[in-house]
Amino acid sequence: MTETSQSVSQSVPQPEPRLELVDVRKAFGPKVVLDGLNLSVALGESVVIIGGSGTGKSVTLKCILGLLQPDSGQVRIDGEDTVGLRGAARERVLTKFGMLFQSAALFDSLSVWENVAFGLTEGAGMEREAARAIAIDKLAKVGLDEDIAMGDPSGLSGGMRKRVGLARAIATEPDIIFFDEPTTGLDPIMGDVINNLINECVQDLGATTLTITHDMSSARIIADRVAMLYGGKIIWAGGVDQIDDCDNAYVDQFIHGRETGPFALEVT
Amino acid sequence: MGNPLAVIGRVFLSFLATVGRLSIFTGRSLSAVVTFPFYWRLCLQQMMTIGYYSLPVVGMTALFTGAVLALQIYLGSARFGAESAVPNIVVVGLTRELGPVLAGLMLGGRVGAAIAAELGTMKVTEQLDALITLQTNPFRYLVVPRLVAATITTPILVMIADIIGVMGGYLVGIHQLGFNSAVYLKNTFDFLEVMDVTSGLVKAAIFGFLIALMGCYHGFHSKGGAQGVGKATTDAVVSSLILILISNYLVTAAFFSQ
Ligand SMILES: Nc1ncnc2c1ncn2[C@@H]1O[C@H](COP(=O)(O)OP(=O)(O)OP(=O)(O)O)[C@@H](O)[C@H]1O
Ligand SMILES: [Mg+2]
Repeated sequence: MTETSQSVSQSVPQPEPRLELVDVRKAFGPKVVLDGLNLSVALGESVVIIGGSGTGKSVTLKCILGLLQPDSGQVRIDGEDTVGLRGAARERVLTKFGMLFQSAALFDSLSVWENVAFGLTEGAGMEREAARAIAIDKLAKVGLDEDIAMGDPSGLSGGMRKRVGLARAIATEPDIIFFDEPTTGLDPIMGDVINNLINECVQDLGATTLTITHDMSSARIIADRVAMLYGGKIIWAGGVDQIDDCDNAYVDQFIHGRETGPFALEVT
Repeated sequence: MGNPLAVIGRVFLSFLATVGRLSIFTGRSLSAVVTFPFYWRLCLQQMMTIGYYSLPVVGMTALFTGAVLALQIYLGSARFGAESAVPNIVVVGLTRELGPVLAGLMLGGRVGAAIAAELGTMKVTEQLDALITLQTNPFRYLVVPRLVAATITTPILVMIADIIGVMGGYLVGIHQLGFNSAVYLKNTFDFLEVMDVTSGLVKAAIFGFLIALMGCYHGFHSKGGAQGVGKATTDAVVSSLILILISNYLVTAAFFSQ
């Protein structure tokens, strides 16, 4: 639901949302994944998307980044519709973004620090030595030491790969950062470290973040606003303080993880 | 389904679609070759993996091909007393045809498969997506270095293969067939024309380009998981071998048609 509230008086200009999806549709063959999705994220806001497995959360992020082309609808970034941008125009838009992939997607031909520094050395053309110092600093923030930084990503555990991916996403200090399940596969303490790190990105760097998570405790810590994706649409969006007493039965079932409720166990 | 015309139509349409996709891919690759940035370090790295590490297999192929060629031509030409032509036929056969074609086939298996498997794995593990979000063009970063390296190193490999192949023939010639060493070498070089060698090297460059192109194309278009990468690898090898054989005929016809 878009809640660009009507109650705001006409005289106060509504700040343009950093990121706005308007009626985005995406199908893979006959399988409709996004079916008229609307979502807007304000400047400096931290929005968490929740929703069942396979509902299209990762697809939503990929549509915003242009990795997947929406079938219709608009993806407005700072007011500019970016659907269909290619080449240099797409690269210019992407300089604003950092992305942690669900699978981490580390380059296995490069060492760990080269992975983290990739956006600096290749994207921004920074010197290798300077980029390495930054990479090692970012890795320290996610709890990985210099020995690991010099090694290969292939030897890392799933949670460690996730953290390297996270360090890579924030290394260039982008304006908009996407985290696809940042705390999945981490122990609770490391999960908390990552939650704080995401908050730090928002508070210190002023970044706008969009996070996908199944971890409700993490969502409560990092979210300003929570949006629930179901059936290809955002069926509920609201402040994080409203999720406990919202009247949406789906959200209620989801955040409490009950088996019974409006969600039927769909066999797809 | 049963209508044979419909089946033919479907096959033809999917063929056209593939040709279209491949043309677009080739176009994007070539336009990435001529625009900046050019990744020198990656290109040199690929020259090592594609060129240098292929030396043993290409050298072995050439050595034994040259040796067996000398043996067979000797046996054949002895029937009408033309044994002295052995050195010349060996060198012409190697430089024009067998050097580039056999090296191309070996590289198609070795390099084409490796490229398709590597890029295919990057595709299915979202590494290509990650590259794009880090504002790096995968064509420039991955395809161009491989295309350039393969196109440059294959002729060099074939040149070396030509020399090793002639040496294989020479060894058989003087140790087994009773040629005089000086005469063998004289007969080898006296009738060799520049065109024999250059046509072979031009072929080699084309083969190298096709091998890398097929590896990259099938890698980039692989789907699914390990199975998809396996299929991409097979497709890359098979299609590069077929394209090598077809283009070999076309180039030969173009060079030597009178
Ligand atoms: N490239 C693709 N080709 C075909 N179908 C796809 C592709 N990517 C995603 N899908 C389909 O789209 C649907 C949504 O996928 P997506 O990865 O967005 O789920 P998700 O909400 O992120 O789930 P999870 O929480 O398990 O990660 C799935 O049914 C998936 O099969
Ligand atoms: Mg997902």
